[in-house]
Amino acid sequence: MTGLNAAALAPVIDVHGLNKFFGEKHVVNDLNLQIWPGEIFGFLGPNGSGKTTSIRLMCGLLTPDSGGGTCLGYDLREGEKIRRSIGYMTQKFSYWDDLTIRENLDFVARVYNLPDRKKLVDETLERLGLSARSGQLVGSLSGGWKQRLALAATMLHSPKLLLLDEPTAGVDPQARRDFWEELHRLAATGISILVSTHYMDEAERCHKLAYLAYGRLLAQGTAAEVIAGQNLFTWKITGPDLLKLSGELRKMPAVAQTVVFGQDLHVSGCDPAAMRDVLAVLPPEYQVAVQDTELEDVFIYLMSLSQDNFTTLS
Amino acid sequence: MASDSFSPTRWWGVVLKEFLQLRRDRVTFALIIGLPIAQLLLFGFAINADPKNLPVAIVDPNPSEFSRSLASALNSTGYFKVTRLLESEEDAKRTLLRGRELFVINIPADFTKELVRGHKPDLLVEVDASDPGVSGQSLMAISQMPFIALKRELSGPLLPLAPDSPPFGVQIHRLYNPEGLTRYNMIPSLMGVILTITMVMMTSLALTRERERGTMENMLSMPLKPLEVLSGKMVPYIFIGFIQATIILIAARLFFQVPVAGGLAAVYLATMLYVTTNLAVGITISSLARNQLQAIQMTIMFFMPNLLLSGFLYSVLGEPKWARILSEMLPLTHFNRLIRSIFLKAGDFSDLWPSVWPILLFTVLVMFLADRTYKTTLD
Repeated sequence: MTGLNAAALAPVIDVHGLNKFFGEKHVVNDLNLQIWPGEIFGFLGPNGSGKTTSIRLMCGLLTPDSGGGTCLGYDLREGEKIRRSIGYMTQKFSYWDDLTIRENLDFVARVYNLPDRKKLVDETLERLGLSARSGQLVGSLSGGWKQRLALAATMLHSPKLLLLDEPTAGVDPQARRDFWEELHRLAATGISILVSTHYMDEAERCHKLAYLAYGRLLAQGTAAEVIAGQNLFTWKITGPDLLKLSGELRKMPAVAQTVVFGQDLHVSGCDPAAMRDVLAVLPPEYQVAVQDTELEDVFIYLMSLSQDNFTTLS
Repeated sequence: MASDSFSPTRWWGVVLKEFLQLRRDRVTFALIIGLPIAQLLLFGFAINADPKNLPVAIVDPNPSEFSRSLASALNSTGYFKVTRLLESEEDAKRTLLRGRELFVINIPADFTKELVRGHKPDLLVEVDASDPGVSGQSLMAISQMPFIALKRELSGPLLPLAPDSPPFGVQIHRLYNPEGLTRYNMIPSLMGVILTITMVMMTSLALTRERERGTMENMLSMPLKPLEVLSGKMVPYIFIGFIQATIILIAARLFFQVPVAGGLAAVYLATMLYVTTNLAVGITISSLARNQLQAIQMTIMFFMPNLLLSGFLYSVLGEPKWARILSEMLPLTHFNRLIRSIFLKAGDFSDLWPSVWPILLFTVLVMFLADRTYKTTLD
């Protein structure tokens, strides 16, 4: 996606060895990251893995304890300059509930010193389909509308880079799909987007992914690269009492993980030969088939792996 | 780049936002208007630094014309009201202990006899002196009793017992407040107290509220300068301050008949200055406090010394030296002097300036501190 023309351009975000501590807690551990123009970069990881902190570091809202880099060509410590040129959407809805939709947009337009404020706000309301409700207090909007308004307000000053912190948390599937279509439209115009999420379907919509756990970046690349990188082989088993089977298989040293997906049991391991031996001795009521390893398998694997590391370390 | 300096457009954006939010917060708005009225009426009418009609009990084993005359002389001072005649010393002790009367006057059994004989008998006055404020002026009045009471009785053959006229007289001119009315002092001073509590408290919540609602992170991600946010958030409260000052002025004329000798323009100028001072304090608290509870606590910590050491209740000039230094550092001390001078003394600018510059200096220093403590990151 970033291909040939991207190689000629500078990365939008380029950070090396970022570290951040909150007291004793190592929240961001040696983060290296490049994001290229026009890229939708997905940030994944369990709760408390340091996604929000990483995003705040990259827009200069937090100062790194060590390491550094640039965002839109500005040093991370020049937070004010960075924030003027990016659009940052906070995890928690952070526009003013006691102002109307129009008043919120007006405020943003004034704060960014945007020309033709009234026309711009009118156009934005039109595009959102909120012209008729522009006088409504934002506090009375539904979650989906709030999120659309937040994106519109974040985009009002036409930033070249969007940092979106779990923008679709608590939003219904239809609104989520519309939102992602909008993100792809924006990316097509050359805007880069860093978006954190918990949803696998959203992860698959990203051009590139990074997986964080306990402040460490465990995998990075396109979805295919991330999957290939873990060298994980997966089989799908159907049959009776998969939960019990899952427990028994997990005791086998060759089996790295077992995950029940509805009617199927996904069994993954790193050594295909050893895995085949294990699966060959299953009772005949189970059907076994080779299965492409999916992003979700990899993420669950990464999470359990980092958990083990973390517990052995501490 | 132009946006590196103070931008009027951004500042105006903040001002408008604050006005709109304040307008929608009806309860707060009602409090801002209601609070000065309630405080003014309550304190203006209730507080009296020169208490009158204090209850007195008289212990007199043999009531006589002299004791009746003494009682009526006490009543006529205005400071006392003889409420009860007691039989014994025992009853007298109890009534003081229970706080029903503040004074007990013991007339000895042979008072009249001794008086007539010219033995100059003593009256014993027992005072509940646990509150020095109550006993001060009234004790002065009671020590005048030998000169005024029994004037009628000490005539004819008893005339030689009447007190001589003193060797010299004292003329007292009570300037600025000839009748010694507490409200003349209280109403202008309440202006400062009311403005301090409401202005500091309102603005101390201004930033902490954004922080607690999560909107601060959004504001920080916008290209706003600290001074634009801080001063922009102060502007609506300058108007609130004017509304409060106007309410107090109207009430001062209407209910309390306090003169405004120095003119309305001076009152408003002084108010504008002092409102700005308090807003600067409030906004500094706001940028220091992490949540609204801390903001309220800091507000009270600022307010208490201002209330008690500013000359609002007790004169600054009567404090020990170290406390006076502290008092002189409090803006309310200077505002009290300034506003009393404007209301009662009609001082001109050169008389007022010594009270004005400390307030100005304080404001500039505090605003500088606010600008310094405002964090542009979430660290």
